[in-house]
Amino acid sequence: MLQIFVKTQYDFIGKRRWAYLLSIAVTLAGLAHIAWQGGLRYGIDFAGGTLVQVRFAQATTVDAVRKALDGVRLGDSVIQGFGDLQEYLIRVPAGSGSLEETSKRVNQGLRQAGLPGYEVRRLEFVGPQVGRDLQWQAVEAVLFGMAGILIYTAIRFDFRGGVAAIIALIHDVLVALAGISLTNREMSLPVLAALLTIVGYSINDTIVVFDRIREMRGRGIRKGESLADVVNAAINQTLSRTILTSLTVFLVVAVLYTFAGEVLRDFAFALLVGVVTGTYSSVFVAAPIVVDWENWRESRQRSGKKAVVKASTGR
Amino acid sequence: MPRYLWFRIAVVAVVIVVAGWYVYPPKQRINLGLDLQGGIHLVLGVDVDKAIENVTERTAADVRTALERKGIGAQVTRRTITGIQVQLTSPATFAAARAVIAEFPALAVGASDPAAGRLEANLTEPEVKRLRDFAVRQGLETIRNRVDQFGVAEPTIQRQGENRILIQLPGIQDPARAKALIGKTAVLEFKLLDEEADVQKAVQEGPPPGDEVLYGRRVDRTTKAETRVPYVVKKPVLLTGDLIQTAEVKISEVGEPYVSLTFNSQGARIFGQVTEQSVGKRLAIILDGSVNSAPVIRERIPSGQAQISGGFTADEARDLAIILRAGALPAPVQILEERTVGPSLGADSIRKGIVSTAGGALAVVLFMVIYYRLSGLVADVALLLNLLILLACMAGFGATLTLPGIAGIVLTIGMAVDTNILIFERIREEFRLGKTVRAAIDAGFRRAFTTVIDTHVTVVVSGVILYQFGTGPVKGFAVTLMIGIVASLFTAVFFTRLVFDLIYMGRRRLQALSI
Repeated sequence: MLQIFVKTQYDFIGKRRWAYLLSIAVTLAGLAHIAWQGGLRYGIDFAGGTLVQVRFAQATTVDAVRKALDGVRLGDSVIQGFGDLQEYLIRVPAGSGSLEETSKRVNQGLRQAGLPGYEVRRLEFVGPQVGRDLQWQAVEAVLFGMAGILIYTAIRFDFRGGVAAIIALIHDVLVALAGISLTNREMSLPVLAALLTIVGYSINDTIVVFDRIREMRGRGIRKGESLADVVNAAINQTLSRTILTSLTVFLVVAVLYTFAGEVLRDFAFALLVGVVTGTYSSVFVAAPIVVDWENWRESRQRSGKKAVVKASTGR
Repeated sequence: MPRYLWFRIAVVAVVIVVAGWYVYPPKQRINLGLDLQGGIHLVLGVDVDKAIENVTERTAADVRTALERKGIGAQVTRRTITGIQVQLTSPATFAAARAVIAEFPALAVGASDPAAGRLEANLTEPEVKRLRDFAVRQGLETIRNRVDQFGVAEPTIQRQGENRILIQLPGIQDPARAKALIGKTAVLEFKLLDEEADVQKAVQEGPPPGDEVLYGRRVDRTTKAETRVPYVVKKPVLLTGDLIQTAEVKISEVGEPYVSLTFNSQGARIFGQVTEQSVGKRLAIILDGSVNSAPVIRERIPSGQAQISGGFTADEARDLAIILRAGALPAPVQILEERTVGPSLGADSIRKGIVSTAGGALAVVLFMVIYYRLSGLVADVALLLNLLILLACMAGFGATLTLPGIAGIVLTIGMAVDTNILIFERIREEFRLGKTVRAAIDAGFRRAFTTVIDTHVTVVVSGVILYQFGTGPVKGFAVTLMIGIVASLFTAVFFTRLVFDLIYMGRRRLQALSI
């Protein structure tokens, strides 16, 4: 029998302070980078603008394409390679004329520059209004997604479990956003789809661990065993399935990242980050928070009791 | 003997047969999205305010006529988008004017000043709401007519939100032409040319009162150069395009295509009057505010036939005829979003999608067999069944497969086996506790079940929200992911359990488990 992580005894909970520190450092670094950049880089779905995807018959360079378009005044257009040396994306920001106008100028520029023959494969125009609407709807969608998950987990487990799971989810989404920003990728509709998928999927490992915690507590806690011990045991006992389930998804997403082409590459990247952090946060964020919350509540109760005792003896 | 064994076998058999029947032949059964087959995706915004403004303008004219009929002197003007103002010549007629306006059900009298003889009236709230809705619905209908006559296979034309129209035209070869056909307001108006006015002076200093300057384009036959030609026309509209009965393309003696119009009886009567009163004058034919041509009226035209010529290409003439037949849009539309995908990119995406799906499936299938051996093989068969059901549901619901949709399928492959992993790991655990093979399988399926349900619900929750939110391609992703996840409940739990029961049935003392 091929097995991994059988009867492990890793002390996850004991190292939770380090894990908190790491998570906070990564999310802060990501947020700082996003702030430094003046926000996320939005693709035309959200920012509006025009996009032209061109494929040349032979290889050329970004510089050659840029030079060809310099003459036709396209504003702050961005040219980037798309996959191989033959395919390029030309992006023109919003507010520089209609799609007709832009594509006419692009064609004019490319034709005059003596570049190899080309084919326009994709043309996209998103008006500023649509982009703005979508930005707001995107935030709403992610928040609604989290609220839905919070409600479900709060019903299935308890409020504390729900909150811990949501904190882990927010962590996952923030880390994925950090990954997007740090690798200079764009926030686009597919990336948003990836974020929502992360919201729905990365909670799964947390559920597996929580289910096990509940099962163990249902059997009753033995004497001398703290909640931290129970949670740690639950994590260890479910470690193999937590890792294996994520592994299969990681495999297929890696395949998507490699073979599905440029259109889905950012989407696959966000998912890759999300799947890994989803597993990490189940073990190192969600479960430890439950322990700390419980400890905090107990210590408050105990100090409350002490105060009562003091008050009664002081009389 | 496990319970209901034959019944469960029958259920699986029926599912396989029905799914297979829906999917076969896949090329015809699965709708491909625009990003896979090429085409154009448009979101139009209907300028509903403009439509309401037009109605207010017309209502103002109606009020003017009604007041005139009662002999009440007044100036009636449109003040806001929905409001009109009536300035009476004599304040004494205030009560009478008020009574006239009260007879318009769509109007509500607002602020008024009897002493100054001033009245204000607004379109009522329900009327405005109705007009907004009507403008979008009418626009949708008109565009659908145009597209149908243009001849596009399986177009999608839907209302989106309050005042947006979504149009998807798969496999379109000439997007610019399709857009011109759809986006034209196509308000056709006939106005008389003011031949006494000095065109140069009107352009520089503004037109004489009651006139306006409109432009037309003239294309030079030899150089193909376009020039803008100004015309001075009299403001009153003599006839509009909504009285057209039919329009068709004809070819003149010199081989140039033109559009021949036939008015309906009311239009023909008005056209007859207009032409009779203005023989020898020039009549401007104006489409969307641009002068198409301004022919001289040679004689009264009683037949209600007119023609529009203007150096059209055959395609242009054909499209104009379609537009005139389908009628004008009640309000101008604006392109808010446009996505055009060429067919070669679509074919590329399909190829990449197939490679990714095959690659993802291969990786997962191999992993499962290596890690779980015979049980893994069972999970793999379940996975294939899942894909079959997924495709069958797509075909059955008439859902559209997009590139992100393919990503959803690939993701489903990775997530569907998660259910098996949860169950198998649980079985291994129970087995390690010393249970018999049968008891371990039993406990494994039973105990993993709640966890499995939980994990499914959360993915479906985010899928539903993604579906609500998403447009086109992203919706396709939400659809495949949700179907795949729900189907995995059947395949990874029900089907896998059945196969396990069949394999380990009757071997009570069996000690080895290939898991």
